[in-house]
Amino acid sequence: MPPTSTAPALDIHAIAKTFVMHLRGGAQLPVVRGASFVVDAGECVVLGGPSGAGKSSVLKMIFGNYRTDAGHIRVASSGGIVDVASASPREIVALRRSTIGYVSQFLRVIPRISALDLVIAAAIETGADKDTASDRATRLLCRLNLPERLWHLPPATFSGGEQQRVNIARGFAAERPILLLDEPTASLDAANRDVVAELVAEQKSKGAAVLGIFHDDDVRRLVADRIVDITRFSA
Amino acid sequence: MSSAETPLLRADGLTKFYGTRTGCLDVSLNLYEGEVLAVVGESGSGKSTLLSLLSMQMEPTHGHVHYRMRDGEMRDLAGLSEAECRLLLRTDWGFVHQDARLGLRMGVSAGGNVGERLMAIGWRNYGRIRHEAADWLARVEIDGGRIDDPPGTFSGGMRQRLQIAKNLVTKPRLVFMDEPTGGLDVSVQARLLDLVRGLVADLGLAAIIVTHDLAVARLLSHRLMVMKAGRVIETGLTDQVLDDPREPYTQLLVSSVLQV
Repeated sequence: MPPTSTAPALDIHAIAKTFVMHLRGGAQLPVVRGASFVVDAGECVVLGGPSGAGKSSVLKMIFGNYRTDAGHIRVASSGGIVDVASASPREIVALRRSTIGYVSQFLRVIPRISALDLVIAAAIETGADKDTASDRATRLLCRLNLPERLWHLPPATFSGGEQQRVNIARGFAAERPILLLDEPTASLDAANRDVVAELVAEQKSKGAAVLGIFHDDDVRRLVADRIVDITRFSA
Repeated sequence: MSSAETPLLRADGLTKFYGTRTGCLDVSLNLYEGEVLAVVGESGSGKSTLLSLLSMQMEPTHGHVHYRMRDGEMRDLAGLSEAECRLLLRTDWGFVHQDARLGLRMGVSAGGNVGERLMAIGWRNYGRIRHEAADWLARVEIDGGRIDDPPGTFSGGMRQRLQIAKNLVTKPRLVFMDEPTGGLDVSVQARLLDLVRGLVADLGLAAIIVTHDLAVARLLSHRLMVMKAGRVIETGLTDQVLDDPREPYTQLLVSSVLQV
């Protein structure tokens, strides 16, 4: 339940980020400056701009992987508004459990855990019981056309595309109010791209706020309600 | 304050000098229930000294460690009686050593090693103790047929898993781990890490893990502390420190990891 019906799910205000590379003589690498936009529940906002504009960095700042030098990243959570830019590690851990999901194109493989169990675990993390989680995981892996013979194997030996689909299944098995998508469709075939577009639409209709990066024009056209061009905020 | 808001363990200004040499300098931290903290740094950075100070294996030159006892009271560890210390070490805490031989009794059977901790907290029924020990051996994936064998006949990975079973059988709330995967083959490491990850999550354990291996820290911990020359130089959410390291030394550590 959002704390106030007027607060957007995600409110990005004047965020800035510069990397300082100490191993390169303290070289400064500005990424983004003064970026501001909001994402409301039930809509999908796509970050636009050329490669290197800082789109991925913005997602990582929102998820808390990258620190934010200035500005606010206000997230509406069940416990109230949390500003990721100044939140404690514990608050961010809690926010990731309850509120913000993140799907990249890369799966961080955990040794020995099967593809199916990875997806089930993601659903359980957001409060699904075992049966619901298992149903949801099975349906997602089916829809994403992961051959059933792979379900009970750990994905370490899967191809890049297979790992990617396990990762997408994980991301959508966990139902959170905010979903960040970092090029989840990169290198997927057309059929699977369409599945991802459907999954995004379903999340939207359930009221999730979706913020994504999609290079593929077709997918972008299918899912985006608005496009925020990040180049105007490039530092 | 509710227990979720009070840390399980709190350290203030922990400092240890070995003569004129500095072991660790002015380290403060809070650890909450269910939270896993990794302490990373190179050999000699003070991370093992810190672990010894936090776990009462060594007395600090300055500083204090407070721990929230099972009755909810925050106590200064320096003020505990000997009996209270013993109870804490045997029940509410676990300590997993890098060298399993330090944490196990090598001449006693696997089942005996696990059962011993139960006997120390008053279990007397042999059948129940053996049953519980067998149950824990299974949880750490040791074949039940080995329950009467001494750990001297076990492989390195099995010994480490036995040590973990021995520590967890009393359902501790906090476990200290000193390089738990050090010295193990890579495939054995992976199995152990996966096991530890599952157990920590299932049991809701708080843990402080000292490691020089950033991949271990990434897989197991929520929060990371980087130490250098006895001081904490950077701390934060684990993936934030690893993906966006701020200090020159942390950037060097992260960039020195070989990618595979």
